[in-house]
Parts: sequence; C-alpha cells; structure tokens
Amino acid sequence: MSAILLAEQVGRVLPGEVPVTLVQDVTLAVEHGEFVAIMGPSGSGKSSLLYLLGLLDTPTSGRILLDGQDTSGFGEDELATTRLEKLGFVFQFHFLLAEFSVLDNVLLPMRRLAVLAENVARQRAEHLLDQLGLREHWHKRPHQISGGQRQRAAIARALANDPLIILADEPTGNLDTRAGANVRQILHDLTREFGKTVITVTHDLTFAKAADRQIGIVDGLIDPKWRM
Amino acid sequence: MSIQLGIALTHLIHRKRSTLVSLIGIVLGVAFFLAVSSLMRGSERDFIKRLIDNSPHITVSDEYRNPAIQPAASRWPDGAVEVRRVKPLNEVRGIRGHVQKLAFIESLAGLRAAPTLVGSVVLTFAGRTQGVTLTGAIPAKMKQVSTIEEKLIDGSLDALAANANGIIIGVGLARKFELSMGSVLNVASPTGQVRALKIVGIFRTGNASYDETQTFVALKRAQSLLDRPNRINRLIIQLDDPYTARDVAAQIEARTGYKSVSWLEASEDLMSVLFVRNMIMYSVVSAILVVAAFGIYNTISTIVMEKTHDIAILKSMGFHARDVRRIFLAEGVILGLIGSALGLLLGVGLMALLGQVEIKPPGATELVHLPIYWGYEQYLIAAGFALISAMGAAYLPARKAGQVQPVAILRGMG
Repeated sequence: MSAILLAEQVGRVLPGEVPVTLVQDVTLAVEHGEFVAIMGPSGSGKSSLLYLLGLLDTPTSGRILLDGQDTSGFGEDELATTRLEKLGFVFQFHFLLAEFSVLDNVLLPMRRLAVLAENVARQRAEHLLDQLGLREHWHKRPHQISGGQRQRAAIARALANDPLIILADEPTGNLDTRAGANVRQILHDLTREFGKTVITVTHDLTFAKAADRQIGIVDGLIDPKWRM
Repeated sequence: MSIQLGIALTHLIHRKRSTLVSLIGIVLGVAFFLAVSSLMRGSERDFIKRLIDNSPHITVSDEYRNPAIQPAASRWPDGAVEVRRVKPLNEVRGIRGHVQKLAFIESLAGLRAAPTLVGSVVLTFAGRTQGVTLTGAIPAKMKQVSTIEEKLIDGSLDALAANANGIIIGVGLARKFELSMGSVLNVASPTGQVRALKIVGIFRTGNASYDETQTFVALKRAQSLLDRPNRINRLIIQLDDPYTARDVAAQIEARTGYKSVSWLEASEDLMSVLFVRNMIMYSVVSAILVVAAFGIYNTISTIVMEKTHDIAILKSMGFHARDVRRIFLAEGVILGLIGSALGLLLGVGLMALLGQVEIKPPGATELVHLPIYWGYEQYLIAAGFALISAMGAAYLPARKAGQVQPVAILRGMG
C-alpha cells in the first residue's frame, strides 16, 4: 500500500503579537483505505491538524503530499479544486444549506464539479442517500429530519464526488448514542467495504478503537506514547 | 442554470420581505427616473419643436456676414489712402441669381427650400392703419417649409395661388380690424403703390405678436407691390433632420456667399440652457437610484452575514472565492434586472398617466397635455443605471463573502 496522504514536518503558527503554535512538526503517512483516528485533549490542535490535512488551511512549515502531489505551492483556487475533486468533509455540525432539500445538498458538490450530467448526478445522489437510509427524505429540508439523518446526509454530500479521503471532525460529537453508533458504523463501512480512506478527529473511544490506527496529539505535537 | 445562480435565487426567495423592500426601492427609482426624464425631455423637445417648427431651419437672406470690400481697399491692403463718403450704389436689393442658387440648394439631399420676398407695408381698413410684414411666397413651396398651413383656422394657402389679390392675415390682426374672410383691405407699399387685397385665409399661431404683424401674399404680388420684379430676399429651408442645420447652413453660405443662419445658431443660448437642465435632471434622478442601491446593499450584506456558515461549508467543499462572489453578485443582478423590468413597466404607466394630464398654462387659451417624451434611450439609461447601481451595491458584500476563511468559521464552531 502506498501513502495517499503524507505530511512532512508540518507546522502551523497563527501570526500575531503573540504567535500561537497550533501544530508543530507533524510527520504522518496515511495509507490508501486506512481508517485513522486522531485523538487528544481539547485544544490540543487535532482539529487544526485535520484542517491542514484537508487542505482547508495551509501549513506555515513543512509540506503535505496528497495522492503523490506536493500541495505546498498551491494557491487558494488550486487548493479549492483539489478539495472538490479529492476530499470530502464531515463536521460536528452537519452544515447542510437550510434552504435546499437533502437531495440538492448532496448534488451541490457534483454540480460545482460539473463532470457528471445533471441526470447522472441526480441518480448518483439518490443512490448515495438510498445507501445511507435516507430514501424517504430526499425532498425534505434539513430542519425536517433528525440530527442523525442530517449527519448521514452530510456524509452523502462528502461522498458526492467520490473522494479519495473522507475527513471527519468529531462527526458523532453532536449526536445521541444511537445516531452516533449509526454514523460510526457508516464511516467504518466506508473503509472496510468501499475502500475509502477515512481520517477522523474524535473523542469517542468506541469509535477510535474501531480505527486501524490511533494518533494522539498533545500541544500540537504527535505524542508517540499516547494510549487510549 | 449554474449552481451559483441557483443558490442566489434560493437566498432571495427565502428572504421575501427584504428582497421585496429592496426591489420596491429599485422599481420606484426606475419609475421616477423615467417619469421625470420623460417629462423633462418631453418639455425640452416640445420647446425645440416649437422653435424648429415656427422658425425656418435655415434662413438665407440677402446680407453678407462681412461688408463688401471696397475696390480701393483690396488694391492697397495696407491702405495709405482712405476713401471717405463712399455712397453704395443704389441697387435693387435681393438675392442675386436666386434661380441658380435655389437650384443648387435644392440639389442637396434631405431639404426643401422656398423663395420669399419679405417687406414692410401699411394696411388700411375703415380709417385705421397698421404697419405689417408682408411675405410673398409660392404656396406650393411654402407649405413644404412652414407650418403656417396647419395654423390656418380658415381658408388655405392655395387660395393665394388661385387669387392673385388674396392675402392671409393673423387672427390678432383680424380681431383688431374686425376683419373676416372675404373682407377687402388696402395695402400701401413704401414705393407708393396701393392695392385692395381680399382676405383668403386667417391663421392662429398662439404667438400674439406674430398673429398681429405677419401677412402672406403670392410672391408675384409682393414683387409688384414692393417694386422688385423677379427678386427674392429670403430663402427658407426646412431639413429632414433639423440637427444637421449647422453643417448645411455652412455649406450653403460657402457656396452662395449669402448669410445662412441655422436655427441652432439663432438659438445657441437656449440650447446650452437645455443641456445644463438635462445634466441637472439626470443627476437628481440618478440620486434616487443611488438611494435605492443602499437597499440592495443592505439586503445582500444581511444575507452574507447570516450565511457565513454556508459560505464556509461551500468553500471547504471546494467552491472558489470567485464562485462565492458570483453568488452574491448574481443576487444584485437579479434584483437589478427584476427591479428595472418592473420599474420600466411602472414608469411607462406613470408616463401614460402624466400624458393624460391637461393643463392650461397662464395666458394660454387652450388646454395642453403635458409633453411626454417616449424615446427608447431613456429606458436604456434608467435600466442601465439601475443595474450598475445594483451591481455596485452587491459588489462590496460579495467581495466580503469571497474572503470568508472556512477554517476561521469552523474553528469558531468547534
């Protein structure tokens, strides 16, 4: 297996009168189809690391290679295009657009990428929602469905453009136990059955245990001695 | 439909109230713009039309712009000799070679010319006398260059051709002398001739002085009365496009040598006043649209603020900054387009309504409609300005939206 995502001595410092170090000297390789859980106490920099790995933020030192491509020279537009084509995000909050139906929300990334014809994209979105058990909720608006259903819709949206990697930031953090278990199962299945690579930040121990690998972050550094 | 436009429309549709308020701003702005512009331009055109219609577009008279140079002065330009008490030749005045000059003028495209002989005579009737201006004209040609035929309330210009002793007078003079159609009055010329002429037409222009002092007879009659056989002293020219008058006048003057005055030259001061008036009018009505643009700015700014999370998620999903900018610019364009379209409709309605208004100006005898100008360029200016204001108003919030950093928003939420 080859590293699909490679971080080399990545650091991120917020500039200011008193510079704040969010992440420092992180070197990390994620293999294709791997399920990685990033853990750590609050404010340890795990979300910041996820944003860097997801190309939402750019490191102030080091570099990130995605799918063998060095992203350090990328401008904002190139980074956005890379995110659109290769990455999918699931956040603690579903962040579905309130005015759009569940189906339209899932269609958004496909419409922006504009590779699939509208009817093909629609079929794909319906298929994704179907697989995630949202068959009857296509035409509902986000506020008309439950929290767990919304998070599943967000996962469907993250999968829309068939990304290489799904990055999840505490995807179960805002859900009740049952819905959380459901979302956990889905992300787990994605790696096992569909060969997706999943990197998730989580506090959820059960979730982390199911992962192939757990990475502990303390004070912005990978803690090699970190144990659950 | 592009995804950006779809999102823009969805935003607007879900904010009906503020969308409606900013739309109303643009609609009223465009409508008032049109109403005021059509009135101002209408009155301007009405004014110019009167100016153009009631005065010849070009008048060629038997005068020169500069006095003729004396032979001695051209022989010795540095002139050590000054010839005093030079008395000009006693000549029969008029445009020399007018047949050829008229033929040349008529060879130019897009104009009609009429030769006239203008002089002063004294009218006497029932012991009363009045000095008037007598214009000798060929009715068939005069009709093409003057609106006098339309102003006749009785009789016709052609009657002058039929009756060599006919005269057409104004309604003011008729009232003053208690004359009516068929009355016969005596006309005395400066050369001493007296002729009895019969009234074959009465006109009313609305200009009291004109109606009292102008009279028309056949050209031949004027030539004999004024003792200037085969002479004319004025060429009246009417153009298809009055705004070419200046060029055509210059062309005629260069060729004939006689002074040719265009209506533009004759009323230059008025034209510059009208121009300034238009500038003021457009500044004021544009201000209405600028105010309306603030409504759009307000609406779109609010949407951008409310939708920061949506913008963050769109950008994290892979939307470029310019995609996001386009969403909000599109909202401005949509508001501008719909607002202009409705505003144009309302404006046209207002214009039609204003066009129905009848007023009686002080001193006038008849009701007149407010002059409304229906020219299409006003719609273009109004809609174009509304659209530009709307886009300008949308630009600032759109730029702000494009600058949203998803990480900053996500961090705040986490």
